[in-house]
Amino acid sequence: MADIALTPPRRPFVARYPSVIIFIGLLALFTIGVTVLSEGFGIGVISTSFVKTLGKTLCLCLVALAMDLVWGYCGILSLGHMAFFGIGGYAIGMWLMYARTEIIVRDSLAAAPLPPTPQEISDGIAGQIFGVVGASEFPPIWAVAHSLPLQLAAVVLVPGLIALVFGWLAFRSRVTGVYLSILTQAMTLALALYLFQNDSGLRGNNGLSGLQNLPGLGHVPQSTLSVIFLWASALALGLGYLLCAWVVSGKFGSVIRAIRDDEARVRFLGYSVEAYKLFIFTFTAILAGIAGALYYPQAGIINPAELAPIASIYLAVWVAIGGRGRLYGAVIGAAFVSLLSTWFTGGQAPDINLGVYTVQWVDWWTILLGLSFVAVTLFAPRGIGGLFDLISDRRSPDRHGADLGPGTGALQEKEAEK
Amino acid sequence: MSTLLEVSGVSVSFDGFRAINNLTFQIGAAEMRAVIGPNGAGKTTFMDIITGKTKPDSGSVLWGEKSVSLLSMSESRIAQEGIGRKFQRPTVFEDQSVADNLMLALKKSRSPFAVLRFRPSSEDHDKVAELADRIGLSAALHRKSGELSHGQKQWLEIGMLLAQDPRLLLVDEPAAGMTPAEREHTTELLVEAAKTRAVVVVEHDMEFVRRLDCKVTVLHEGSVLAEGSLDHVTANEQVIEVYLGR
Repeated sequence: MADIALTPPRRPFVARYPSVIIFIGLLALFTIGVTVLSEGFGIGVISTSFVKTLGKTLCLCLVALAMDLVWGYCGILSLGHMAFFGIGGYAIGMWLMYARTEIIVRDSLAAAPLPPTPQEISDGIAGQIFGVVGASEFPPIWAVAHSLPLQLAAVVLVPGLIALVFGWLAFRSRVTGVYLSILTQAMTLALALYLFQNDSGLRGNNGLSGLQNLPGLGHVPQSTLSVIFLWASALALGLGYLLCAWVVSGKFGSVIRAIRDDEARVRFLGYSVEAYKLFIFTFTAILAGIAGALYYPQAGIINPAELAPIASIYLAVWVAIGGRGRLYGAVIGAAFVSLLSTWFTGGQAPDINLGVYTVQWVDWWTILLGLSFVAVTLFAPRGIGGLFDLISDRRSPDRHGADLGPGTGALQEKEAEK
Repeated sequence: MSTLLEVSGVSVSFDGFRAINNLTFQIGAAEMRAVIGPNGAGKTTFMDIITGKTKPDSGSVLWGEKSVSLLSMSESRIAQEGIGRKFQRPTVFEDQSVADNLMLALKKSRSPFAVLRFRPSSEDHDKVAELADRIGLSAALHRKSGELSHGQKQWLEIGMLLAQDPRLLLVDEPAAGMTPAEREHTTELLVEAAKTRAVVVVEHDMEFVRRLDCKVTVLHEGSVLAEGSLDHVTANEQVIEVYLGR
């Protein structure tokens, strides 16, 4: 019995997880391919707006990865991760808007007979940015908007801190399951409603706009910038994938999957379930914030509607359709569903004329999406990613000639093969 | 013999129902004890109190040489102190392999950051292999534990308990649903474990208790009715009345 190799030989990380190296390879090929076909760097087959769509899709894949870690692996159905995504976008958007407006204000004041004072410049910027909400002074949360490093720190710290405090309160009280989902959704809704107010200091429902124009890079055409953002998004997704794969591959992954399956039992093994959940919740919130900070400069505009609970529900749908509990499943789901959604809602899908009624996909797409979500949940709980099980080595396990069934009277392997 | 766990005057009630009523219980550092009692006698609640799942209304639970109170500790903290628990229904992580289950239970630092950096050494693999051998699951080491038979899952859970290297094992109906041969093996495992640590076995099956050959505590309506050898307690009039019945 004991003669079977009990200690599996140590192999390099990528050899044990071939899907990681395949994923990174495909991502690199994709990025190079799009670059070659782009207007900015290549032969111009793909339009700049489509390059931006692809770049944004990579960011959505990154936030889906975060969602898979927190939901698929740790079992926390968070309906708040798109809020962290939005906060990341706001954090970078504040600097982008401030710095670009500053250049405009300086240029316009340069013609004046006296050089402008710092106060005049500051007032000018505030007037430009907050004119739409009837204010002309900087609210306190814009205190560090002039500094790129500090706003970049905010991309990571603000989602991280909100997740840390919220998670600490929720997990400590042992809120689980659907109640936790409702709590996260309430947090998201509260945040969105707060941002909708004009006196929130973030321009109310106007949101932040003009984010596609990078300060100081006005002479660089969007066709070039779009490809650079695509690279940055691909790099972030690749690194995020490696990091997530590393987190879930070892004993940590074993613990969080155990928490998903039976958290009381994990507690009696001596693991502090709350600490693990808090770690994963905060880590994925930071990941979502980074994804958002790369997404919104490509989208050009962010407003509070982006943080609404429905966005986080869509995120859960992507991960479910792609296949939760496997990292590439989340990426496939996000890419597939969000690109399909762009196609359907962009008016490109041909309408279907049924004679008495014309199916217009702009209206019917959400119904199709809802039906596919129900169908996947009922008939293919492993999602699209589950298709890979058919071709990969996830076949029935090698039982080493042991009995096939539970009892000793069960069919033996050598009998079954006759 | 030094006392490892001392439960004194503990009471707990749920919605007015007294599940545990002024219960007092002691166990030494290397001792086997069987706890028997009819349904609703408070056996599971008793374990819940020791492991921190239920907080008692009154009384004290003292642990170890320094007599620290367990009442203010969380479940995970109590488990780290060295109290392992096996549930009535086998609860192993079915989606993970036998080796992963054992590795999860192996006595190591439980902090998230330590676990994140943890990579098993060959020594750890050896320990897992040795445990698997003891519970008769060597050949199934890389199978998903969900595929195991009921009895094998029970053993895996006992193996996970041993991997934790606890000073006190609380075992709830270990022989439920086992074949006679499996019971034999389970008895051996528990008797072996009790040589170096304290083992509390909650069991319904008198034959199994007889085989454990240890001191028996009879619970009834949340308090201790009788204590002593199996022959002693089964001769007790009250015990016969409430438990063995007629």
